[in-house]
Amino acid sequence: MSMNAVGRPTRPVPGLTLAGTIPATLGGGRGLLQDEGLIFEREGWDSSGVDLPEPSRDAADLGDMVRKAPMRLPGLSEPEAMRHYVRLSQKNHAIDLALYPLGSCTMKHNPRLNEKMARLPGFADVHPLQPQSTVQGALGLMDQLAHWLMTLTGMSAVAMSPKAGAHGELCGLLAIRAAHEARGDARKRVLVPTSAHGTNPATAAFVGYEVEEIAQTADGRVDIADLAAKLGPDVAAIMVTNPNTCGLFERDVIEIAELVHAAGAYFYCDGANFNAIVGRVRPGDLGVDAMHINLHKTFSTPHGGGGPGSGPVVLSAALAPFAPTPFVVKRGEVYELVEYREGEAAQAFGRLCAFHGQMGMYVRALSYMLSHGADGLKQVAEDAVLNANYIKARLSGVMSAAFEGPCMHEALFDDHWLEGTGITTLDFAKAMIDEGFHPMTMYFPLVVHGAMLIEPTETESKAELDRFCDVLLLLAQAAKAGDAERFKGAPFHAPLRRLDETLAARKPRLRWRPELSVGVAAE
Amino acid sequence: MRYLPLSPSDRSAMLGVIGAATIDDLFVDVPHAARRDQPVDLPFHQGELEVERALSALAARNRTAGQGPFFCGAGAYRHHVPATVDHIIQRSEFLTSYTPYQPEIAQGTLQYLFEFQTQVAALTGMEVANASMYDGSTATAEAVMMAARVTRRGKAVLSGGLHPHYARTAETLAKVAGVQVQRLDAAIDGEAAVLDAIDDDTACVVVQTPNLFGTVTDVTAIAAAAQAKGALLIVVVTEVVSLGLLKGPGEMGADIVVAEGQSIGNALNFGGPYVGLFAAREIYVRQMPGRLCGETVDADGRRGFVLTLSTREQHIRRDKATSNICTNSGLCALAFTIHMSLLGEVGLRRLAAINHAKALDLRDGLMGVPGVEILTERFFNEFAIRVPTDAAALVETLAGQGILAGVPVSRLSPKGGMDDVLLLCATETTTSSDIAALVAALKGAF
Ligand SMILES: Cc1ncc(COP(=O)(O)O)c(C=O)c1O
Repeated sequence: MSMNAVGRPTRPVPGLTLAGTIPATLGGGRGLLQDEGLIFEREGWDSSGVDLPEPSRDAADLGDMVRKAPMRLPGLSEPEAMRHYVRLSQKNHAIDLALYPLGSCTMKHNPRLNEKMARLPGFADVHPLQPQSTVQGALGLMDQLAHWLMTLTGMSAVAMSPKAGAHGELCGLLAIRAAHEARGDARKRVLVPTSAHGTNPATAAFVGYEVEEIAQTADGRVDIADLAAKLGPDVAAIMVTNPNTCGLFERDVIEIAELVHAAGAYFYCDGANFNAIVGRVRPGDLGVDAMHINLHKTFSTPHGGGGPGSGPVVLSAALAPFAPTPFVVKRGEVYELVEYREGEAAQAFGRLCAFHGQMGMYVRALSYMLSHGADGLKQVAEDAVLNANYIKARLSGVMSAAFEGPCMHEALFDDHWLEGTGITTLDFAKAMIDEGFHPMTMYFPLVVHGAMLIEPTETESKAELDRFCDVLLLLAQAAKAGDAERFKGAPFHAPLRRLDETLAARKPRLRWRPELSVGVAAE
Repeated sequence: MRYLPLSPSDRSAMLGVIGAATIDDLFVDVPHAARRDQPVDLPFHQGELEVERALSALAARNRTAGQGPFFCGAGAYRHHVPATVDHIIQRSEFLTSYTPYQPEIAQGTLQYLFEFQTQVAALTGMEVANASMYDGSTATAEAVMMAARVTRRGKAVLSGGLHPHYARTAETLAKVAGVQVQRLDAAIDGEAAVLDAIDDDTACVVVQTPNLFGTVTDVTAIAAAAQAKGALLIVVVTEVVSLGLLKGPGEMGADIVVAEGQSIGNALNFGGPYVGLFAAREIYVRQMPGRLCGETVDADGRRGFVLTLSTREQHIRRDKATSNICTNSGLCALAFTIHMSLLGEVGLRRLAAINHAKALDLRDGLMGVPGVEILTERFFNEFAIRVPTDAAALVETLAGQGILAGVPVSRLSPKGGMDDVLLLCATETTTSSDIAALVAALKGAF
């Protein structure tokens, strides 16, 4: 038995492998995974982790408006707060840990230079309503980012203020609606392929349109005949994702645009998948009238566990006059923010949010763009597509690809290859968690049975892709060999086992309440 | 290129495995007319140093709030954020994770969202809160839409004290949804004017406290009047620190409370990203927009958290969803929740009291300036004054002297007839010498 410097054995005891018989720990912690309760479950609610001076005056002038009832907000000292959140953080998967192949989400590396730049006081410590003469750098940055977005897409204008992709869809459809109304041509319907992301139909309905689905062909693209049949004088727009949510380029996109335009409708393109073509294909060359760009996908602003994002919308010349306020214009050497419906904004459809959009995300995105340049961005698209096709090629022998031919930036599989195993897409995904990978996007798009949508992005090395493919192939073999237990109960090695989502929805418990203690949910 | 791991030999080996001769073979589905072999007309890649230089040069062309006396509020507030907050939100596990769709490996995010929802509910005095919206203004627009769904009515009444940008955001959305918006005339102390506008078709009344002009309003009577007519009361809060000192909207009978959460944990950021807070009565939870995190158990009976009630959301309900929101403000919500956990009730109450005291100091200083009239009677940390000149021009002049003197109402409502009204704000970051500098500058200005 070998000994370490202080004379303790360093090797596991031979024969004691514990597999299958791991005793539960007694206190709840598990090695590096600490058991961490809610902040509300701590003792003592009267401390604070912030030292503030005594207020110099009382609030007698506020009379009975002063809040008396306790709020029940616990305060943590700084060391306690640090531990609490660091412990929580360790229960998360992250792109910085391993491949995060969520299709349609573009989980790529988030350069830290961008974080540093966004925190420069000249960007972070600036108020949105300061006199414009004091924020020329910020307006200049917005203008420069706008220039990059217009050049990369080949479009004539861009509305910067939308705060995420779905907000961008809202922006695009509102511009389309305003353009029709300006002609006295109010229209009722929006056509959306069955494979569309949920935000597309949700946005169209939000804007007051009826949503009609367009069928898909056997090779995963818009069914042009069905589109032609459904187009008519009451159709306002079509919303098509390109590359689409099956990870395929819409080959007939130009023809689609022509059909749509001939019917007097507009072509809204969901640009969530722009990463596949950035620097290589300009949507403006495809007949697109409006397209949102998720800066938090293609241009690497971090997803932050759900946001914030940013969803600027590029617009064709026909839609540009209807762009919402505010926007930046350059007059001579001076940048000006046009904030109201007058002058060049006379036809603006309105306003989407309080200020000028997601400045913090603009800085990050521009930092990313300047770093890559036109040459690097083209390489981004090529590597993203190469990586996805590589995965597709390596896995296709064992797993069933949903469509033949090359894919764009994501590889889509269905669940035919699992037939007869009793294992579902969900089970397979949960087993991936045990192997240290985040599952792919599952059961989306809806048009493919048991869909598994894998988007590696360009920031994965070949070695990491190989490791991922090797593991998936081993898992696939295990599935086919009937090792169902590994899948049905998975994950076994994650911070938690599978969660009871039905219980959560049936008896919604959406906040901590003093009267409900831990474990009550188990009944 | 430093962010791209593939080497030229990797690329050719991979093409070999794929069975493609060149990368172009993978782009065959792109129509010929749209294929570009050459990079677009933009500069080529640059190193970190060069990028840092270029962006720093732009940053240097902005005057920062911390550079001198600063009195801007009106929907965005400068507060001190503890260093711990920014450190934690930059941890890879929070910064570089996605929406917590796989709860087994996202308990970190889910637990803080649950804590966030609990804090927001406590702060607003409401029963439930969601996991964040884009910002306060979009949350307001969504609240109006929600009220129309709940009541099945088609009219929204907006007070004249509602932030004009919030009002326009709500109007933009309401118009296309067929909800008629009645916006009352701007009034310093006029939230109660909504009482006269409530009728049988009113889905909601939207009031703001403290309002745009800083006025603090007890909305209890408005809640009662709205509810008596079957309408909902939506209370908007743009300065969430105020809730550490002022009665919670829930206590006053609000049905929905929406707020801008930027003040806690988040920088000014020239307007975004911010974090919208959305809270409501529990009976309306199934009509709420946005994500909700709920408690449950795992297969071994251990407590855990999941996203829940998603049958309201776009990815399940598509065109029948309560909202189209998907990506929200997760990381800003984390910043909020960390800062709030550090403050606790004790710290929040004190922070609010300090803000209020500073604003009283500011008001007292301005009362000594001949020609300045204080317009707001009862306020938290911001108030309106009338100046004997054009307020926007005055602000511009003082900016030239290194003082950011506040927000002229004309910036938010041009042609609103309030060109001589200026909104000023003081927070814990305001010093007595800042106030003295402003007072001295104003004395010399007119
Ligand atoms: C295809 C597609 N469209 C739209 C969206 C919505 O974008 P966001 O989440 O930024 O609102 C997404 C994001 O998940 C998407 O994948």
